[in-house]
Amino acid sequence: MADPELVRYTLDNGLRVVLAPDATAPVVGVSVHYDVGFRSEPEGRTGFAHLFEHLMFQGSESLEKLAHFRHVQSSGGTFNGSTHPDYTDYFEVLPSAALERALFLEADRMRAPKLTAENLANQIDVVKEEIRLNVLNRPYGGFPWITLPPVLYSTFPNAHNGYGGFEDLESATVDDCAAFFDTYYSPANAVLTVAGDFEVGNAKKLIEDHFGDVPHRPAPQRPSFAEPLPTTELRGEVEDPHAPLPALGIGYRMPDPINDIDGYLAYLVLAGVLTDGDGSRLQQRLVHKEPLVVDIGAGAGLFGPFEARDPDTFTITLIHPHEVPRERVLAALDDELEKIAENPPDEQELRKVTARWAASLHSEHDRLVSRTLALGSFELLYGDASLVYRLADRMSAVTSEAVSAAAKALRPDARAVLVVKPASEGNNEQ
Amino acid sequence: MTSATHRTAEEIGRTTRGPRPLPPLGEQRAAGDLSHVDTELSNGLRVLAVRKATVPMVEARLWIPFAGDDALHPATSEVLAETILTGTARRNRIEIDAELALIGGDIGAGVDPERLVLTGSALAEKLPTFLDVLGDVLTGATYADDEIAREKERLVERIAVSRTQPRTIAREALQKHRYGDHPATREVPKAEDVAVVTPEQVRALHQASVLPRGAVLVLIGDIDPQAVIGELEKVLGGWASDRSAVRLPPLPELTGPSVRLVPRAGAVQSQIRLSAQTVPRTDPGYAALQLANLAYGGYFSSRLVENIRENKGYTYSAHSGFEFTDGTAVVNVDADTATEATAPALLETRYELGRLGQVPPAGDELESVRQYAIGSLLTSTSSQSGLAGQVLALASTGLGLEWLIEHPARVAAVTAEEVAEAALKYFTPQRFTGVVVGDAAVLERKLLALGDVVVGEPA
Repeated sequence: MADPELVRYTLDNGLRVVLAPDATAPVVGVSVHYDVGFRSEPEGRTGFAHLFEHLMFQGSESLEKLAHFRHVQSSGGTFNGSTHPDYTDYFEVLPSAALERALFLEADRMRAPKLTAENLANQIDVVKEEIRLNVLNRPYGGFPWITLPPVLYSTFPNAHNGYGGFEDLESATVDDCAAFFDTYYSPANAVLTVAGDFEVGNAKKLIEDHFGDVPHRPAPQRPSFAEPLPTTELRGEVEDPHAPLPALGIGYRMPDPINDIDGYLAYLVLAGVLTDGDGSRLQQRLVHKEPLVVDIGAGAGLFGPFEARDPDTFTITLIHPHEVPRERVLAALDDELEKIAENPPDEQELRKVTARWAASLHSEHDRLVSRTLALGSFELLYGDASLVYRLADRMSAVTSEAVSAAAKALRPDARAVLVVKPASEGNNEQ
Repeated sequence: MTSATHRTAEEIGRTTRGPRPLPPLGEQRAAGDLSHVDTELSNGLRVLAVRKATVPMVEARLWIPFAGDDALHPATSEVLAETILTGTARRNRIEIDAELALIGGDIGAGVDPERLVLTGSALAEKLPTFLDVLGDVLTGATYADDEIAREKERLVERIAVSRTQPRTIAREALQKHRYGDHPATREVPKAEDVAVVTPEQVRALHQASVLPRGAVLVLIGDIDPQAVIGELEKVLGGWASDRSAVRLPPLPELTGPSVRLVPRAGAVQSQIRLSAQTVPRTDPGYAALQLANLAYGGYFSSRLVENIRENKGYTYSAHSGFEFTDGTAVVNVDADTATEATAPALLETRYELGRLGQVPPAGDELESVRQYAIGSLLTSTSSQSGLAGQVLALASTGLGLEWLIEHPARVAAVTAEEVAEAALKYFTPQRFTGVVVGDAAVLERKLLALGDVVVGEPA
């Protein structure tokens, strides 16, 4: 992909700024990434980073409750926010006439959000409904992003449930919110991204106007979440009252996403070789030839690649019929990994994966929301938004030997296996 | 909780300068002209090709009316969609996948009671290869016995998974309650029907129903729309039949029978699904109706969301939106709520329906939905895939790109009186039928007390 114009600079208060002008459509995307995610929330406050994300929409000094939504939407725009392991993002996509409005809205809540007991209580209820909808009331809810980490990891930041337990959510206080904001939501701990149809000089002026007087506070010391690799196969089990079929989540550690990008990319290519498309190794063998599973997928990250610093997780998830013993599935998986470890895949097999990746990066770039968020998260995690435009080439440069080495590292004695048991099956065995 | 000396929430929430005014909107530039061709191939296939060269990709959507009244049709069509890409006379399943992968491409198939849709994309410079694979599949899919047998097994297992999803359960209950046994209700086939589908039946269905006449192909991307038509005549010329693709029989007009409480024992959350007859995009009153719906529950700043989510915390998800089926339209209101909040949420949902007609949107509220309707159309069509989705939705009801281009002006011209009329005409609580799926043991008494509620599985 051609490297489009990218302007990067830092305001006096420490706010990093990424500008990516592109006049192909009269729309603009604005995002703010804060360098705090659910791995930073303290024990006893599981789910707090996500709950706090909800509160950031509930009003600020110049904006009554609900005003944020109304101003974005009455400008013809859309908005959202999301909480990830290592960052939290907020964004708007709007007709380009509304650029200044979006900057105003983001600056106002960065400067002076209204953190009230009433809004906190209301959003605790809303978040509980979100958890009921996405986890408790559906089959495979939270699989594997909530259920696999506690098997693979042993420290609280890596292992705990980022959606949070209801008791922890209910015990959150307004003072917790104030402390969290003052610690993590400083301009020096954030990245502002503007992408789409605007003129750079004008955008710089508007950014200075609105964000320039947000007072500097030091960015917090970023903790290390490192923990030792597993030295044996770890097993865990959850019962799922809604699931009709058993499932497995297999988690492995992977190379440091930041300091060993090429090593990390080799795992991504391996994921494609394993499960991307009908011709991939595990689709062919486990879905079609033998067949042992209903569906299978492999990938990096709890929600996708490039979302977290070290440690990050390589996951394989699958759903299999009751009558297929899970040990048979695992044996077939290990057998396929061993084949790749012994015989590196050929050029064409890699090209299939990298060509699809290149195409999907084009499509992602074409959607302004994804483009804005990708630039912001790469600036935050990698200190370099332009890496987004070089990913496809770096991925194409991954060698078959590197893919083979990645497969070799996915050893049974260094992984976690989470077993999801349908409740009915569990009862039969008791 | 982390910084030892932090400000209080009150200190954080105010600055010495005080609240600041909202900046005005700037000057809006219009979207660029889209060069496009809207034509019919000699085989009767309508093609809408649009040049949108934002990235070097092309997006393809092929929409084929695919109704059938045979009892086994839902199962057979589902097996067909699962196996249409598993081999042709020229390529086996793995070769199809490899050829598409090497051009950064993909094709997927999906089916429902109304239509079969093939969705795909590829690097634009590889469009000829992409079309060659597409044409090969349309004219030469072989449906090998072993592929059918395997996909049937997977389908049975996936159906089992799907039938445990609360949203699937609620959708089936809603379809049965509002449309009885109309073919439109058979969205997820029965596992026992899938089990008896034969390869011969699938091949026969392809012969009988995968037809170009009455179907629409949308191509959007870094392409030359004129040149692509000639290419298509060559590649898809062999895909031909005298018959037309099969359309769904008309849906019965919805009237407002009672809301049905459908029991789901032990559920921690209930699904509220209401529905009422409205008019489609072709109706002159559609733009006013669209704005009335946005104000009711069609966007986040709507009355429904502000009431039952932001004000009362009953739900995470509340929404109202249109469902278009072959020239007709209904509006659906959806909310998932905790069991104990279900009856109050239904009460408020009905209250807001009534209020929309009695105290209709005007002033800022109307301008807000107007700007949202215009602006969200602009943002949602700014990508190739977004535009492809919009154009397909229009083309499948006989409309074209012109509708998209002219719609902002229609929305801009809507008057407050027209919105008030649409609100009163379409959003009264008595016009809405629907279901609530949830723990009847807890819900029954309170819901019955609300009135216009019956209990039990739909007949």
